[in-house]
Amino acid sequence: MIGLLQNLVDAANLGSLYALAALGVGLLFGILRLVNFAHGDFISIGAYALIVPSFEVTAQLFIGDWNWTLMIPTVTLIVVIVALVSDALVFQPLRRASAPTLMIASFAVSYVIQNGILMVYGARPKAANLWSGLDTPILLGDLRVPLLQVITIVVTLGLMGALTLFLKRTRYGVMMRAAAEDFRMAQYLGVNGNFVIGLAFAISGILATAVSLLYLSQTGTLSPTMGVPLALFAFVAVVIGGMGSLLGAVVGGFLVGFVVIMLQAYLPESLRAFRDAFAFMFVILVLLVRPTGIVRTRAFIERV
Amino acid sequence: MSHPSRASLIRRLWPLVALCLGVTAIVAVASLGGEELQVTITEMLIRLTVVVGIYVFIGNSGILSFGHIGFMCIGAYAAAWATVDPTWKQMMLTGLPDWLQEGQFGFLPAVAGGGLLAGLVALVLGSAIMRLSGIAGSIATFAFLAIVNSVYSNWESVTAGTSSIIGVPTVVGPWVAWAFAIGALVLAHLFQVSRFGLMLRASRDDEVAAKSSAVAVIKVRLIAFVVSAIMVGVGGALYGHFLGILTADTFYLSLTFVTLAMLVVGGVGSLAGAVIGVVVVTVVVEVLRHMEAGLTVGGTNIHLPQGSQEIGLGIVMALIMIFRPSGLTRGREIPWPFIAAGARRKPQMVRMG
Repeated sequence: MIGLLQNLVDAANLGSLYALAALGVGLLFGILRLVNFAHGDFISIGAYALIVPSFEVTAQLFIGDWNWTLMIPTVTLIVVIVALVSDALVFQPLRRASAPTLMIASFAVSYVIQNGILMVYGARPKAANLWSGLDTPILLGDLRVPLLQVITIVVTLGLMGALTLFLKRTRYGVMMRAAAEDFRMAQYLGVNGNFVIGLAFAISGILATAVSLLYLSQTGTLSPTMGVPLALFAFVAVVIGGMGSLLGAVVGGFLVGFVVIMLQAYLPESLRAFRDAFAFMFVILVLLVRPTGIVRTRAFIERV
Repeated sequence: MSHPSRASLIRRLWPLVALCLGVTAIVAVASLGGEELQVTITEMLIRLTVVVGIYVFIGNSGILSFGHIGFMCIGAYAAAWATVDPTWKQMMLTGLPDWLQEGQFGFLPAVAGGGLLAGLVALVLGSAIMRLSGIAGSIATFAFLAIVNSVYSNWESVTAGTSSIIGVPTVVGPWVAWAFAIGALVLAHLFQVSRFGLMLRASRDDEVAAKSSAVAVIKVRLIAFVVSAIMVGVGGALYGHFLGILTADTFYLSLTFVTLAMLVVGGVGSLAGAVIGVVVVTVVVEVLRHMEAGLTVGGTNIHLPQGSQEIGLGIVMALIMIFRPSGLTRGREIPWPFIAAGARRKPQMVRMG
């Protein structure tokens, strides 16, 4: 029983990370029909921005050593700037391009960022100690929950709440929802397209930063490709959640996190190395049963 | 059309003939060069086989696949299982079936086996994911790439895991690779002009119209997927017998990116685009690689930092997508050269998606 509860907490924790990453991907997909491969690299940048550029194996914290009230805004700003620059340089000229073209373009952005990181920081994975004070466990009866996991879950719920409020209650949020529903119509009604897309990139950068800080503090390692699996699980979460639905992205994220943790816990020892392979097979199965995803949206139904 | 004259046959085959002549000319000229050039050309030709294979699916169906390098991985390992020294296999690859552990096969059966296994996997996978819509399907192929990478890096008893398969006979030189590349071009051309190819291209240009004209879209997509996986699997088998050593990470994101870049730079819409893309990207990458290694000018070594090769390629690709979205060839095949310029048909724009 305790084992199961423990696994559920782990699943909620990992699911939170995937849900946050999936929200960042889903937001851009909703408005731009862009499957952003570079989202994983935004996450990597958030992590690498914390350390001193060097080829050393142990990372020296730089911005990461600052007080968190200063550090979090600085890192967020860096990631948001990278996201906005990639929009301005690559995606803005491609506004009229088809979805596959956008996907390849974002793949190119991702490749450039990954190799840029490699150029400055070297290819080897690095160890970094961010917020090591936070892994003290909290005891709830027999259940040991690391404080970091609690923080992760709380931060995720907080960010999701804030995003919902933003989208439902503010002027810009309404514009974004309108653009996601029907981009051209929204433009006719006076929504500035590039502004809304820039806003979406900025929010997606903020969400990516949250993932990088939480993920780095939990794993303690950095590598130029660290964002790739996160982005991959995020895509998958977006697809099985129902493309174009933010609620679907969150549901998908938690579902994928749950599946991964359960596989990790209950697969026989000899098969555990293939955990991710099983997780992706599960995803393909979900898609076969429900090709439109768990949460159906009107926006993505193909019309003749 | 019932009695096509010889001239019109040549004209119909011209797009293929021109490409084959071009590729042959490159290999012939390069065969005069040094050792290093031979290696570069061989690798280019293997990539040509792979990219043409990928083109058969992506170019004709308009659906983006990130998973084809997974088929390359499957083909490469399958062929290596057949040709590696049995004593080494019995020591390291104890998970293989006995006949494969104890036997040693020739190069050609091994390559055929590699292609076949890739094709079988594509048949199973394809029957599942061809039903998905374009974008969901693309992401599913990406998930497939991740599955292949995860399985081949961790299945110690069959793939030697992270310690890699060594001692694959390096029998692939420029002319062997040339033969397979020409074969791939012929096959791709035949597929493209076959009724399946036409139906698939119709579904690419307008899926609804194709469906209402009785094109079984899912079926023709699946056929293309399998054909293309076989070709890419064969390419993988060649690559293994060119490198001599196999690691699962060879067949992951970088190679996926390079091959897709080749396709996009040349133009996804035509076979000529696949070939020209491979040649152009190879030249760009080689130039950048030499600049990375350094130029010695007057005693000082000037060189670009490590990684500029990849960044340069990424930038070239982004520029092409922005300024010439349908690639260098704009989706056209090589035109018949013997007509007055004014009489040529207007180029047709082919877009993906």
